[in-house]
Amino acid sequence: MNNRLINWFKYASPQSFYPIAGKMIPWFWALAAVFGVAGLYVGFLVAPTDAQQGEGYRIIFLHVPASWMSMFIYLVMALWAALGLAFNTRLSGMMASALAPTGALFAFLSLWTGALWGKPMWGAWWVWDARLTSELILLFLYIGFIALQSAIDDPRRADKAGAILALVGVVNIPIIYFSVKWWNTLHQGSSVSLTKSPSMAMIMLWGMLLCALACWMYSIAVALMRARSIMLERERHTEWVRALLTSTNSGKE
Amino acid sequence: MLALIRAVIGRDLRLAMRRQADIVSAMFFFIIVVSLFPLGIGPEADLLRKLAPGVLWVAALLATMLSLPRLFADDHRDGTLEQLALAPQPLGLVVLGKVIAHWLVSGLPLALLAPVLGIQFDLSTDALWVLTVSLLIGTPALSGIGAIGAALTLGVRGGGVLLSLLVLPLYIPVLIFGAGAVDATVTGLGPQAHLSLLGALTLGGVFFAPWATAAALRIALE
Repeated sequence: MNNRLINWFKYASPQSFYPIAGKMIPWFWALAAVFGVAGLYVGFLVAPTDAQQGEGYRIIFLHVPASWMSMFIYLVMALWAALGLAFNTRLSGMMASALAPTGALFAFLSLWTGALWGKPMWGAWWVWDARLTSELILLFLYIGFIALQSAIDDPRRADKAGAILALVGVVNIPIIYFSVKWWNTLHQGSSVSLTKSPSMAMIMLWGMLLCALACWMYSIAVALMRARSIMLERERHTEWVRALLTSTNSGKE
Repeated sequence: MLALIRAVIGRDLRLAMRRQADIVSAMFFFIIVVSLFPLGIGPEADLLRKLAPGVLWVAALLATMLSLPRLFADDHRDGTLEQLALAPQPLGLVVLGKVIAHWLVSGLPLALLAPVLGIQFDLSTDALWVLTVSLLIGTPALSGIGAIGAALTLGVRGGGVLLSLLVLPLYIPVLIFGAGAVDATVTGLGPQAHLSLLGALTLGGVFFAPWATAAALRIALE
């Protein structure tokens, strides 16, 4: 048990995490590409035209994964934040701030594709229903997190302040979601749920799941890349970064 | 414990009374913002009656936000905050006292002013009562949640704008149920459900927010 703990914390130090992250990134990019191509192939060429929504429904192959990821990344971010506060590890804060822009991007994508889907289906770019509104608020929460972190110069304080904000946000997300839901409900009911069998065709579900996996792999790859550059930036005064940079420079020459 | 909270409240109230201009300007901000809406929208009584709950509540949110940066800033500047953080009593209780004091000088006057402004919007007597009650119940949550934002942005560049960016999304549930209570009265449904939820938000917010605020303050003081 004790050994295990030590092993985990070994990779919590930027110095040992940096090379591992570097090795993992190409794999996650490759997986993202494979899942992405497969998902888009299924989505565009295999999945049939929807009986009611025509071809326009195909945007869900991007829309639904983007919404899932935007919510899930916030949870992961809050988890890293909590770990950072609990164990005082440097890497946790770096991971949280590396994830935030990707989460914000997915929240924005989900709103944008939702608008593109809503125009032909509902006849409006935007309606004030529960899920759209809470997605918008989620985007606000991401932006608040990013803004707070970039306003604080000292990275350690920025990490901790961001961590508290992320945790407060995570506690508030269900409250916000339900309050917005009671406030107004117009969105069509969720067609995928864990408890009942999905009401959409199996092949569409597969396309969506493949795309979701692609987004997932993309998020990991991008977050790791961003974390690596944050590491270099923050640890630039340390021995290992200097050694790393000089060795890569001399390698190129 | 109670003595500590009472002492903090007393101190903050005395300080606020010495600088009444701050309180008064926040009140006038509230009055002006609310009065701008009929000028922008037009004087039709039906339309105004429909908009009143939302307008009054949004203006109350903004007016509360105005006074938030000062919640900790003065104490931080003169070192009082560090002394409070070093005290043997939990910092959370001190924060709770400050939150209550902040509510007494910002939320309470807003709630008392609101019915007068509601008359401008041609609200019925029932709706005016519910508006006052909903503000009385809901504004403590605004002070509590706002304190977290104030602590996080303490001594940070562009703190004021940043504060609104952090805090306003978290205010949304309070806004929904507060304005919803008045709206439900105007449309003839009872306000009880909304008011109960608002009360729950306030209790939760005032109970938990001081601890998150205390953690944020400790980070700011590091």
